[in-house]
Amino acid sequence: MLLNASGCLDALTAPDVARSLDAFVTKTVTPLPRDGNVPVRIAETDAGMLNSIGLANPGIDRFLTRSLPQLGKLGMPIWVSVGGFAAEEYAEICSRLDDHAEVAAVEVNVSCPNVESPAESAAQIVASARLATRKPLWAKLSAAVPDITAVAHAAREAGADGLSLINTLRGLKLDERTLRPSLGPAIGGLSGPALKPVALAAVYACHRATGLPIVGMGGVQTGRDVLDFVAAGARHVALGTVLFSDPGAPARVRAELDAELTARGYANLDDAYAAAHAESLSIGTTSREKYLLK
Amino acid sequence: MRQERRRVAGAERVGPYTLLRIERGGLDAGVPGQFFMLEAPGRLLPRPMSVCLAITGELAFLIDPIGPGTRALCSLDAGDTLAVLGPLGNGFRLDVERPLLVGGGIGIAPLPYLSSALGGPPAVLGFRSDWHAQAAALVPNAEVCVEPRLVTELVDREASILACGPEPMLHAVRELAPAAQLAWEAPMACGYGACYGCAVEIDGALKRLCVEGPVLHAA
Repeated sequence: MLLNASGCLDALTAPDVARSLDAFVTKTVTPLPRDGNVPVRIAETDAGMLNSIGLANPGIDRFLTRSLPQLGKLGMPIWVSVGGFAAEEYAEICSRLDDHAEVAAVEVNVSCPNVESPAESAAQIVASARLATRKPLWAKLSAAVPDITAVAHAAREAGADGLSLINTLRGLKLDERTLRPSLGPAIGGLSGPALKPVALAAVYACHRATGLPIVGMGGVQTGRDVLDFVAAGARHVALGTVLFSDPGAPARVRAELDAELTARGYANLDDAYAAAHAESLSIGTTSREKYLLK
Repeated sequence: MRQERRRVAGAERVGPYTLLRIERGGLDAGVPGQFFMLEAPGRLLPRPMSVCLAITGELAFLIDPIGPGTRALCSLDAGDTLAVLGPLGNGFRLDVERPLLVGGGIGIAPLPYLSSALGGPPAVLGFRSDWHAQAAALVPNAEVCVEPRLVTELVDREASILACGPEPMLHAVRELAPAAQLAWEAPMACGYGACYGCAVEIDGALKRLCVEGPVLHAA
């Protein structure tokens, strides 16, 4: 399944782009409306970009009365990204989403690099959210931790149904002329191709550690990138930064992916799932058998 | 919403700027003040550029090479191709009496197209040097000043002002003429409302320029 990364698409201003995905993930919704961070909010870097939007969103009240009914009309699965500044705020939003049939899943964003982190751990937030919703619950994690598999494992124990990997990583860019930070808040979240190896490592490790379904994201630009994430252990893949430069990316990526699968002799994407984890002994065994046969 | 690939018809230097002309094909030029996202070769993100001229068979963009993306765009040659997306955003309202165009620096970029749509109204343009002021040749009927003289000294506040330029200039124009139509600028990743990156603070509220602007009308 192909999704967008939260915050990388507004389905109400670009419904045709949203419909070219299998599910739409909303920008993170918080209890109260947020204007977001002071401009400048984005800056291109080598092989990536920084953003510091700061969870700009209308708040849960207006989201439920204004946005969600319109999103429901898209006729596609809607995943709602949920944010907060304390575990009970996540729980409050989850419980208010629970009765809305339009909401296919909830993704708890416990890893925004551009706002103050909640005092609670990711696992505590997932546990609170779990008690508040019957919807499939995905935990969006950061790779900026000593051991992401420990966080992933704790999220699973707390009741997460899946993992969204990974959020952006903190980065800084300085203005070419002034040597001052390019972004208004100085530091922002790095996304784009620079992130891909980090994201791929997180997916690979968390697949091994938890076996949970994973939405892989981070620098996906092409069908080959999607294949890499699936091979590393992602069930689904999300497009982020690439949507900014190419709103036609979903269709292009799907076509490239089909060509990749055909070229490699895979009947479908499931055949490539977790291929990176296949026992590496097989080649060795074959050659050993070859010798034994002699 | 689809990007299209277009061929570069030519590129000319205008003072420090480059006028990049692309083959128009079936592209709608949009309303003056609207913009296109232009692929900057070798860069991750496209760059937003307002239409400078919409002549038969071509669209032209006036570009100031101030960073890696704009430098890449300025180094394109005839025959090169690039992906374009647009027209995007909201342009100027053209149903105005006694229009006066006000431009500063690279902010004059949308004014040639705007001028032709309004039948060549008077314009006042400010630049930081005579070299930069060479771009004034693109705008008919223009009075030009160079720093330290400021364009706001030439503004007739009774006219219907349509302005584009650096933020301090726009704020100064708005002080003089609160009803002015102002075209703002901000770094922009997508141009179609996806990234929330192009928010600017106007009267205490943050507005996404690509969706609500880039031309904002006075409150």
